[in-house]
Order: sequence, then C-alpha cells, then structure tokens
Amino acid sequence: MSRLFSVGVAVAAGITLLFLLLPIVAIFARVPPGDLLSALGRGQATDALVISIETNLIALAAIVLLGTPTAWLIATGGGRLRDLAVTLVELPLVLPPAVAGIGLLAAFGRVGLVGGHIHVIGTSLAFTKAAVVVAVAFVASPFYIRSAIAAFESVDPALTQAARTLGAGPARTFVRVALPLAAGGLGAGAALAFARGIGEFGATLMFAGSLRGVTQTLPLAIYEAFDLDFDLALAISALLVAVSAVILLATKLAFRWRSTSPSTTLFAPSAPRST
Amino acid sequence: MALDVSFDHPLRSFRAALDLTVEPGETFALVGPSGAGKTTVLRIVAGLLRPQTGRVVLDGTAWLDTIAGLCLDPDRRSVGLVFQEYALFPHLSVEANVRFGGRGRASELMERFRIAHLAGAKPAELSGGERQRVALARALSRDPAVLLLDEPMSALDAHTRAGVRAELQELLRGLGLPTILVTHDFEDAAALADRVGVVSEGRMLQVGTPDELVAAPSDSFVASFTGGNLLHGFARPTREGLTEVVLDGGAVVFSTDSAEGRVGVVVYPWEVSIAHAAAADSALNHVSAPISSLTTIGNRVRVRVGPLVGEVTSTSAERLGLERGQIVVASFKATGARLVPLRDT
Repeated sequence: MSRLFSVGVAVAAGITLLFLLLPIVAIFARVPPGDLLSALGRGQATDALVISIETNLIALAAIVLLGTPTAWLIATGGGRLRDLAVTLVELPLVLPPAVAGIGLLAAFGRVGLVGGHIHVIGTSLAFTKAAVVVAVAFVASPFYIRSAIAAFESVDPALTQAARTLGAGPARTFVRVALPLAAGGLGAGAALAFARGIGEFGATLMFAGSLRGVTQTLPLAIYEAFDLDFDLALAISALLVAVSAVILLATKLAFRWRSTSPSTTLFAPSAPRST
Repeated sequence: MALDVSFDHPLRSFRAALDLTVEPGETFALVGPSGAGKTTVLRIVAGLLRPQTGRVVLDGTAWLDTIAGLCLDPDRRSVGLVFQEYALFPHLSVEANVRFGGRGRASELMERFRIAHLAGAKPAELSGGERQRVALARALSRDPAVLLLDEPMSALDAHTRAGVRAELQELLRGLGLPTILVTHDFEDAAALADRVGVVSEGRMLQVGTPDELVAAPSDSFVASFTGGNLLHGFARPTREGLTEVVLDGGAVVFSTDSAEGRVGVVVYPWEVSIAHAAAADSALNHVSAPISSLTTIGNRVRVRVGPLVGEVTSTSAERLGLERGQIVVASFKATGARLVPLRDT
C-alpha cells in the first residue's frame, strides 16, 4: 500500500513537471540556436525588448515609490479600514485584462474621465509609451503592494516602538528599522511585480496599442509575429523565457543572500497579525 | 525628579485604573499575574499607549494630560524602556543598537555593561544575559530621566538569573532614576524594588516595602503572590484566646490572629519546619503527609508536604535524608499562621 502511494506520488510529480516544462523546452527545440539569434537580430525583437525593459523599469520605479508608503500606511495605520484598503489594492489582480484595458481607456483615454483634462493641455495618454507604463503599473502594482503590506506587518511592533522610545521620530523609525527589516519582502514583491509587468499583454494592447517601436512590448511583438513569422514569434518567446528566468533566479539568489533577515515568502498572504 | 502616573483605561475584560508616584532613585515594582495591566502602565509612561483619561508628570512637567489634550510622542519623552524579550534590532550590530539612542555615551555604556567585545555581533549571536545587558545599555544611551523595565528577567534561564539580579540591583542603586519594574515574580521584586505594588485586574491591591507585604498581606491574593502557602478553612475563637481553623481538608490548625468564618491561612515556607516525627516543641500545628516533591534552589530545598510547602537548608535536607514519598511531619507555630480575608479570584 505504502509502495503504491510512493509510486503514485512520483508519477504525479513527474507528469506535473513534464507538463510545466514541455512548452518551454518546445520553444527552444523548434528553433535552432543560430536561427534564434538571427531572428533576434531583426529590428522588431530588439525594439520590443528595449520598450519592454524601459517601460517596465519606469513602471516599477513608480510602483515602489508610491506603493511602499501606501503599504506602510495600510500595514500600520489600517485599523478597521485595513481590509477594505487591501481589497481595493488587490482588485486589479482579479480583473480580466480586457476589463483593465477598457477601464484605463475610460479613465485616461481622450474622452475618458480624467483623460479629457489631459487632452486639453494638448496631449493624450492613450497609444503612447506612457500608456504602456500606466497599463503595466496598473496590473503589476498589486503584486508589490500585497507583498509589501505582508512584509511590514511581519515587522515586530515592539521594534518600531523601541525605536520611538529611543528618540527616533516616525521617519527615522521607518528608514532605520521598518524598511531594512521588510527589505526581503519588498524585494520579492518588486520581483513579482516586474515579472508580471514584463508579461503584461491584454491591458497594454487595448490601452496602448501595438505600434512597433513605440508601444510594442515583447508579448505584443510575439502576438503580431505569430500570424506572419512563426519562427520570429518563437525567437521572441525564447527571449521572454530568458528574461523571466533571470528575474526568478535573481530573486532566489537575493533571498538566499539575505536569508538571515526575517522576511516573507513570495506569496505570503497579507493576513493581519494576531495581537 | 519624581514621576507621577495616574490613569483609567479599558482593557479587554476590565478597566485598569492605577495611581502611583515613584520618587527619584526609587525602584517601584509592579507585580501580579500576567494580563493584570502591569505593562499597560509602562506603555502609558513611555507614550506607546494613550489612555482614555490620565496624567503622567515628571517633576512638574506633564508628558500626558488627557484633560488638557496633551500627549507627547514617545520620542519627545525621556524614557529608557527595556522591553520584554528586549526588542533588540536584529539587523543592527550590538554597537549600532546601543548607538541608536544616542552616540555620546555609547562606548562608555558598552564598557560598563561588558559588551564592548561584542560590538560587531548581531543580537541573534548573543546569550540571554548578553542580550539583557545590550538592552539596558541601549535604554540608557539616551540618558533618560525615567527607567522602565518590563519583565527584565523572564527571558533568562534560572542559572543566570541570580547573577543578573545582583547586577541589576547594583545598577539601579547607582543610577538614581525613578524606575518602574514590571515582574510576575515576587522574589525579583523583593530583591530589586524599594516598594512593591501588587496589581490584579487593573487595580492596586496593596503597596508597601517587600517586608511589609510579607508581614501583613492585605488579603489572600497578596499573600499567595508573595510566596506564602494559602490554606482555606473556617475560623472560630477558642477559649484559650487563639483561633482554631478547620481546614477544608479536615485538619485543624491554630493561629494567634483573630478571625471568624471563612478565612485564608497564610504560612510562609521559611516558617515551616520538617521532621520525621512531631517534636515536643512549641509549634502547635503539625501536618503529617508524604513528601510529594523536593526542589533544590541554590542552598535551599523546597519540600511539599500535603498542602504545605516548607523551605529547609540543603544541609538539613541531607541530614534528614528526605526523599519523595517519605511520610514526614511539617510543623509551624500559631504565630506563623496569618489569617487573611479570602478573595474570590
């Protein structure tokens, strides 16, 4: 019986791993490495790579800059409104990409809720590189903020209180105590948000379009090439796999590196601390 | 610089309402079971909790006055707070921990607390005693006007406790600061504090020197908290002028205190003597029962005989050849049996 069980477990694990890895292996198997490189040499792939990296770095900077104080506020001052705030922050997480795209158009488009005002000053957000940044920030920020809330909530309140009794004001307490102790969770959240942003497709397509050299990111380039040049689509996909793998690997290494600091795991739920 | 604290604040299942004054150089211990509201006092003094109503005044300067709408932030008050479990910053070295409160005295304090050689170590690498010394040095690095200690001994093992207690005693005497010490251990309080307040469910039951509390506990709670044996029984006066108490177990003991009705009989362990047979001495009260436990504490042995705990020197315990299960007689004098009103807690 126990023998049967271990065989069953092994088979299930084998099928799972095979299923997850097969498509990734297939991408690299279909195209010889030489063709892969030459396909990437063509303008479309490099253009898309540059735009992806550029827009994602800007979006990530904005997410971290605005999301960190937001998470700190929710984690420490939340009280009764905490659960509501967390739900609002998490909403984009469960929104279908098409809905996100429509929502962004309705808000920032030329005739949108606030887009109209932007249009008055002679500029429009939709279908520009800035629109890619906005779309990425919208869908990726929940990943960072959730993780940051969990990270801040896991900082022992006695430590921030100790800092206060030692004469540190709220700002110094945040910078010297809360931030370093939450750094692991913040880093993990940033990596997750970046990975999600790199793969962002639906909302970007609807809100920013797929203009080569302007708004066409790697996933959009794959989608366009898919009809015309399947090998190119494969090559760009291989590139995306590589980028994603590097992010994942870098995160794991960063974690091992600072494993001494108390930090949250990648998918730690942002549950309230029991006090 | 005297510290005045008074407040009224609702806790989970009761209101904590306390009022105390700590004189300069005095150590005031708040003792009581966990959850009694002792730590609340420290949090209010430090500014980590704003009570519903209350005042905290240091030498005429108000830190908190809810009527005037005044409540200084913790960083604007001059307190050194040693947290339970110490709350050392885990990501900072010992030196950075101590310097956090102020650079001026850091190296002097690290020398004084014998942690200078650990300057570069992280808190996780330290022993319990070392952590406590770092926490004390850190709390003092700000040169506080008030020192607050929250269960400073509870994170230490029994072995290091005695030594640390002596060190702390010396330190508190030398500092000359008004100090509030929170502990659930009466022995720690007796060793370190000038005055002790026994707290239960947010109320101060009795305040006095440790000797006063032991000599005249105001009720059964204080008595059992100060380490006395507490026996329940029914008292009535005898013709000889003594009080006879029929214990709930059926045994009869005598006391020189006068009382009638339900009472608690308090007997301190050092007033109980142990023998193989009831001696023809002056003790009126004898309890004969098997020894249910023997615990050695330093040079003393605690012997549990039926409902009583007696304390004898290890030399006596050895001479008598005490063993678990052995039937012995525990005796105490009628003058050593204090009668106190019972509290239903």
